[in-house]
Amino acid sequence: MSEPVPSLAPRSLPVQMLVGFGRFWWEFLIGDTPELFVGVVTVLGVVALVCLGHPARTWAAVLMPVLVAGLLGGSVWKAKRKHVGASRGS
Amino acid sequence: MATMIATTVHSGNLVLVVAVFLASAVEMVEALTIVAAVGATRGWRSALEGTAVALLVLGAMVVALGPAIVHYVPLATLRLVVGGLLLVFGLQWLRKAVLRAAGLKAKHDEDAIFAKQVEELSTPSATSGRDSTAFAVAFKGVFLEGLEVVVIVITLGTTSHDLGLAATAAAAAIVVVGVVGVIVARQLSSVPENAMKMGVGLMLVSFGTFWSGQGVGVHWPGSDLAIPVLVATYALVAWAIVGSLRPRAAASLGAVAAGTEGGGHHV
Repeated sequence: MSEPVPSLAPRSLPVQMLVGFGRFWWEFLIGDTPELFVGVVTVLGVVALVCLGHPARTWAAVLMPVLVAGLLGGSVWKAKRKHVGASRGS
Repeated sequence: MATMIATTVHSGNLVLVVAVFLASAVEMVEALTIVAAVGATRGWRSALEGTAVALLVLGAMVVALGPAIVHYVPLATLRLVVGGLLLVFGLQWLRKAVLRAAGLKAKHDEDAIFAKQVEELSTPSATSGRDSTAFAVAFKGVFLEGLEVVVIVITLGTTSHDLGLAATAAAAAIVVVGVVGVIVARQLSSVPENAMKMGVGLMLVSFGTFWSGQGVGVHWPGSDLAIPVLVATYALVAWAIVGSLRPRAAASLGAVAAGTEGGGHHV
């Protein structure tokens, strides 16, 4: 007769709430599109660097939407490649 | 009265109201599907009690967190963090809406969700009195869908210094979707959810770009007037991406279907 599988110790309520809180923010911000989170952080970093030069602050108003649009296009392109790959594999 | 509202709600606020209203409406449609399935299978009393408690908890979160954030967090930091959050969140919505519009992702099917919920809940149970399963499922459905609305209301409301307006827009969406839901009963699938998600995504990305940009020092020409320009720019980009994907998506799916002996693939 096999040994019963030991169950994990039940978590206390504060730990459960903390885990749930962390899971919510992970799903909310990263989920299945980590490239968007990393991309936004990168875009903000690049734009912040550009804005260090005072005259470039207005140019940054053009650069930032272009970078964000590129981020969207890149993420959609990645999803399309994944979709086509999955379709060919099935 | 109309003039008073018009002068109060200027362009930035109008975009804020529309964004919060549409986001709340989309999430409410999803929550209402769950509540309707619970009510139809397990009884309405516990389903409505679960819904009411979830709405109270969500409302309390807005009241507790909103003013605290405004009071304690410096404006520049608030703009950068909130703008970054909105940018990530908005890009996620916009990406999904673009993929759905291009036919690369299945559309949200409220009828299928309703049927699945009914099937899961259709175990024998007492339908009179309090039903803890019905209460818990309705509470969880409304609370989880509503959390996203709370984040949107708090972030948009606090950054634009109009938490009350954002909360009112969300409450109005809840009432409108609730009333429409009662009238149309189970025809929630007829709600143009993807178009609404596209609109919300565009506005969240625009607000996110504007505020996070301000947070890192971008000088926006025209100040608040840059927001509608950003919305229009991103709408054009999304339209162009959908347009470029549609024929390719159809061609790739056609090639796959031809190569798999009629094994058609529907998305």
